Amino acid sequence: MTDSLRIAGRTLRSRLLLGTGGFPSLELLAEAIAASGSELVTVALRRVDPAARGSLVDVLSAARVELLPNTAGCYTARDAVLTAKLAREAFQTDWVKLEVIGDEDTLLPDAPELLRAAEELVDDGFVVLPYTTDDPILARRLVDMGCAAVMPLGSPIGSGMGIRNPYNISLIREAVDVPVVLDAGIGTASDAALAMELGCDAVMAASAIARAQDPVHMARAMRHAVEAGRLARTAGRIPRRLYATASTPDEGLPDFST
Amino acid sequence: MIMVNGENADLQAGETLAAVLVRLGLTITTQGVAIAVDGEVVPRAGWETFMLAEDARVEVLTAMQGG
Repeated sequence: MTDSLRIAGRTLRSRLLLGTGGFPSLELLAEAIAASGSELVTVALRRVDPAARGSLVDVLSAARVELLPNTAGCYTARDAVLTAKLAREAFQTDWVKLEVIGDEDTLLPDAPELLRAAEELVDDGFVVLPYTTDDPILARRLVDMGCAAVMPLGSPIGSGMGIRNPYNISLIREAVDVPVVLDAGIGTASDAALAMELGCDAVMAASAIARAQDPVHMARAMRHAVEAGRLARTAGRIPRRLYATASTPDEGLPDFST
Repeated sequence: MIMVNGENADLQAGETLAAVLVRLGLTITTQGVAIAVDGEVVPRAGWETFMLAEDARVEVLTAMQGG
């Protein structure tokens, strides 16, 4: 399969990115990663807990996936930039999934703070993948600034509401020349397939898998959905029509008249 | 008072970040760890020599599930 995803010079065979939040155990997370086929997995940065059981870093290293640190929980550009720099120290990666949140009820991105943080991190040599709204203009501004991809939301984080504005996602795909990764809002496999059919280059799923009744089955479902959606996109769907079009020719139709 | 991850660490000024790590059951070679002091990153290479001021606020961070 040569249809791989390239972000900032890195090649990924899987177009599914996985979040690690919400899994009931590290064992289940490891199983879900394997079932998902994902090669790029996001982690948050938090205070060391001396009482913590097991190491997330060890689990991810055993799963042979790349870490994508995020700045989840940051409400200002300053905090996000500092978190990214700490992540670079901790994990020896200059990749960051940049999240700058506006408020805790919606967890929607704070656009001015996001732009400020993106600019600073790009200038500092980071490969920045910003979590952004489904606004094509904001996406273009982020890419103009040097972001390596954009990660527009389908709907609010953890809401499972799917893609509320598919037209905007299509517009973002048209507006930028970097990978578009649908982030946030995925509820089930059909949402992931739709994202790919709309032209997204990849899908990021976290809660949809972690909080499913069977996370491992859902991880596998997402894997197939992303592959199916990608194939459908590249295959080219038929145009929508108001009236039926027969798939069977009229030619050779018998005459049963009496 | 020197604060480590939001708690009084009972450390003296002049002690290094290596001492902070020991308190948390870590060493300077533990992978996947980063340290900020007073809102600035302290690179790993400086952990053994960085001396804490009397009112230092230290954050010792690692990977957690999230995002």
